Amino acid sequence: MATTDIAVQNIGSGKEGQRVINDWSLQVATVNGSGSQSANTVILRTIFQMGVPVSGKNLFPSNIAGLPTWYTIRANKNGYIARKKEIDFVVAMNPETAVEDVKSLGAGAAVLYDEPLNLRAVRNDLAFYSVPFDKIVASVCPDAKLRKLVKNMIYPGVLAFLLGFDMAEMEKAIRRQFGKKQKAADLNVNAAKAGYDFAVSHLEKHDPFWIERMDENRGKIIIDGNAAAALGCMFAGVTVVTWYPITPSSSLVESLIDYMKKYRIGPDGKSTFAIVQAEDELAAIGMVLGAAWAGARSMTATAGPGISLMAEFTGLGYYVEVPAVIWDIQRVGPSTGLPTRTAQGDISFVAGLSHGDTKHIMLFPSRPEECFSMAGEAFDLAEQFQTPVFVLSDLDLGMNNWMADSFEYPTKPINRGKVLSKEDLDRLGGFARYKDVDGDGIGYRTLPGVDHPAGAWFARGSGHNEKSQYSERPDDYVNNLDRLNRKFQTARSFVPKPELVANGTSKIGVIAYGTSHWAMTESRDQLKKEYDFDIDYLRLRAFPFTKEVHEFIASHDRVYIVDQNRDGQMRDLLKLDLDPSQVTKLRSVRHYNGLPIDARSITDEIISQEGR
Amino acid sequence: MATTPTSTPAPKTNRLGLTVIEYKGGKTTLCAGCGHNAISERIIDAMYEMGVEPHRVAKMSGIGCSSKSPAYFMSKSHSFNSVHGRMPSVTTGAMLANRTLMALGISGDGDTASIGIGQFIHLMRRNLPMIYIIEDNGVYGLTKGQFSATADLGSVLKTGVINDLPPIDTCALAIQLGATFVGRSFSGDKKQLLAMLKAAIAHNGTVMLDVISPCVTFNDHEGSTKSYKFTKDHEEPLQDVSFVPFFEDISVDYEAGETINVKMHDGSKLRLHKLEEDYNPTDKLQAINRLAKAHQDGEILTGVFYVNTKAPTFMELLNMVDEPLATLPQSTVRPPKEVLEKCMAALR
Repeated sequence: MATTDIAVQNIGSGKEGQRVINDWSLQVATVNGSGSQSANTVILRTIFQMGVPVSGKNLFPSNIAGLPTWYTIRANKNGYIARKKEIDFVVAMNPETAVEDVKSLGAGAAVLYDEPLNLRAVRNDLAFYSVPFDKIVASVCPDAKLRKLVKNMIYPGVLAFLLGFDMAEMEKAIRRQFGKKQKAADLNVNAAKAGYDFAVSHLEKHDPFWIERMDENRGKIIIDGNAAAALGCMFAGVTVVTWYPITPSSSLVESLIDYMKKYRIGPDGKSTFAIVQAEDELAAIGMVLGAAWAGARSMTATAGPGISLMAEFTGLGYYVEVPAVIWDIQRVGPSTGLPTRTAQGDISFVAGLSHGDTKHIMLFPSRPEECFSMAGEAFDLAEQFQTPVFVLSDLDLGMNNWMADSFEYPTKPINRGKVLSKEDLDRLGGFARYKDVDGDGIGYRTLPGVDHPAGAWFARGSGHNEKSQYSERPDDYVNNLDRLNRKFQTARSFVPKPELVANGTSKIGVIAYGTSHWAMTESRDQLKKEYDFDIDYLRLRAFPFTKEVHEFIASHDRVYIVDQNRDGQMRDLLKLDLDPSQVTKLRSVRHYNGLPIDARSITDEIISQEGR
Repeated sequence: MATTPTSTPAPKTNRLGLTVIEYKGGKTTLCAGCGHNAISERIIDAMYEMGVEPHRVAKMSGIGCSSKSPAYFMSKSHSFNSVHGRMPSVTTGAMLANRTLMALGISGDGDTASIGIGQFIHLMRRNLPMIYIIEDNGVYGLTKGQFSATADLGSVLKTGVINDLPPIDTCALAIQLGATFVGRSFSGDKKQLLAMLKAAIAHNGTVMLDVISPCVTFNDHEGSTKSYKFTKDHEEPLQDVSFVPFFEDISVDYEAGETINVKMHDGSKLRLHKLEEDYNPTDKLQAINRLAKAHQDGEILTGVFYVNTKAPTFMELLNMVDEPLATLPQSTVRPPKEVLEKCMAALR
């Protein structure tokens, strides 16, 4: 298997004789299913506990066991947590990829490898550390059957010596990892210690990479975006969740199941929710719409192939005007694509999902905090606007562990939108479901079961008039479509506003969204430091685009749009929304190799297009 | 001439004090003589006679002639005419949101057995409390007369096209998969259909009724196996079906061994007077065998094929609170701040 797509590595940042502190990336190459995930999490948490900003990205195959997998950990004193293109330190445990992994390193990088791989012979410009893992594991793990799993906890110990991890913090991280499994925890602590002891007595440090304690992580948590989204949904008051398993969204619902079982069971032991695994994505979204029509806060979570299947029902939701929250944890398409790699490839498709004239509200979280807060916003918007709302996360955000600030408890009351009660109906005598009473394009609805003879309305995906009666009249159709458009225009003032990260310092601007934010932030610093180039930055958070987005583009000469897809999908959406005089200002920075976007790629592309 | 004061007799009402008018719908736009209209009439009768509160009924449908029919009965009930073949999922969602609703799904043979077979199958597995009616004419009406998957082998279209694929028996499927009240009737058999619909209303679980409902425009000719004539000629009732609702204290004599008396969820009684000696409608295997035999013999078997009043419904399996999830207050669905703090502490 070719490994170059994963192991694209530039020049290591190490220089002889100079200590590189809290600014390096480590890549662990193992075989999928070998238990390395625990060891990598332990390293991540050890760094986190030492107060150093850290990120971990799992680059894994679509496979249960046997194929190569890489985990990159980046420690960075400046808080840069995007993927770093350059790898400084490799832990080579996988015979299949070891030589390739080492060949692709920049000079001055370091390699820790399993002794039989004999990688020292491959190059002479790297720092090599050979460790007899099998021999060490045999000494700490008498049970031969467990050795395969325990073996991987040795390299964190060796790294503790080489990089300067605090062994007490590492032990804490291991014990946390294994929770109540005391025996497993002891075994793994001993393995890490054995690795450390071996390193102390056999290895001589000759690379420049070090960790040193900082105090940047006070109060912070480590969480993946999917778990954050799950928490957000629980606190948003979700009651019906229907889903079909698909990578990378499954863990969102699985986390939600865990949380709901813990915190959403009533005093009588009964659930204040229903979570149903449907037979496919068609049924999942159908159930969401049925539940929302009947008044529940309902949602589903899926990825690109599921979104394709949900197209028809999404149109029904838009036209019948039923709320729904749909999480799209984007992965690489088209078709099955690269199921375990990340992209922002569903933007164009989701924006107008389904046949006929349709438009949908989309939210773009960039961090776990936003997965949490946007869950609440998505439900409120869906019910306020009586329409499906999509939250477009991605695999990088959803499945990787991120440092985050503690989430803030929602202060705003839940907004259930315009729902008429029996008392309202008594007062009004009746209602017309799709009449634009308030001039915002949003009608009033009732919920099935409302005990009033005038409470019922006929929800239908076929043409209808204000009273939701079947109609093929041209004027009814046009009035209805125009009102739907008015509703969408109203949404512009209610969706999350963009974050103006920097404005007014430059005539050149950049717009990024979602997980590109982290690479973009770092890229701006690179542009300033390396090219003395200031660039303004707006982080987009929602579609339809708010007036701030238009103003930002209007006030700059050129605006780069950063997309993690081939076609510059967000740029295309902006083009459709802009005044023609503004369209030529847009330029595109695209990244679409399946790996999380990195700062260097953005910097190089902008510099190239700027002709600097 | 002396006049005696006359009082107009009070209109007949049901146990809720509602007249049958309260159960009527809009004017049908289906063809005159369409079996579906007769089924709508029986639904109105059954709902009226059972005294079902119209606002509690959720009329659900997919796409097709059959799926239009919810507009033609019970206008005071909520309704969702969704997408082709996907009514089961929409209904499932609605029931999850509000378990106090009475879901009545109207589908057709194309909507169920062709495009919707996947959702149909999974619905049957869940034993969701709902009534699922297939208005079965073996043919697509709205697209002008193509065969559906319930068309019988050898049945002939008006154009002379002969169906050369075997039909899907939705009743046999439903029984095998877990539906707990399964039967077949005929739109032209008023008495049997009404009794079965009333029993369906009384049942707690998935009711699946396949109702042969001839298409007068595209499938009522010589050579069709779903025409009025063919159905009348080949209908083979398994039982004489009668129904005594819980609120009517009528005792009917029946001879032991000849009538099976099924006590429904709400206390009503379903009476199945045996026309075939050994048929036991609580025996799944026998039901499936009997249906297979009917196919072999070219009979249109009608009646209650299978009933199970004991199986847990999907609602029970989900262990939800009794009140509708849809209207739970914020205080119930948003855990307190301490819970978030606890979750955060666990992630630090």
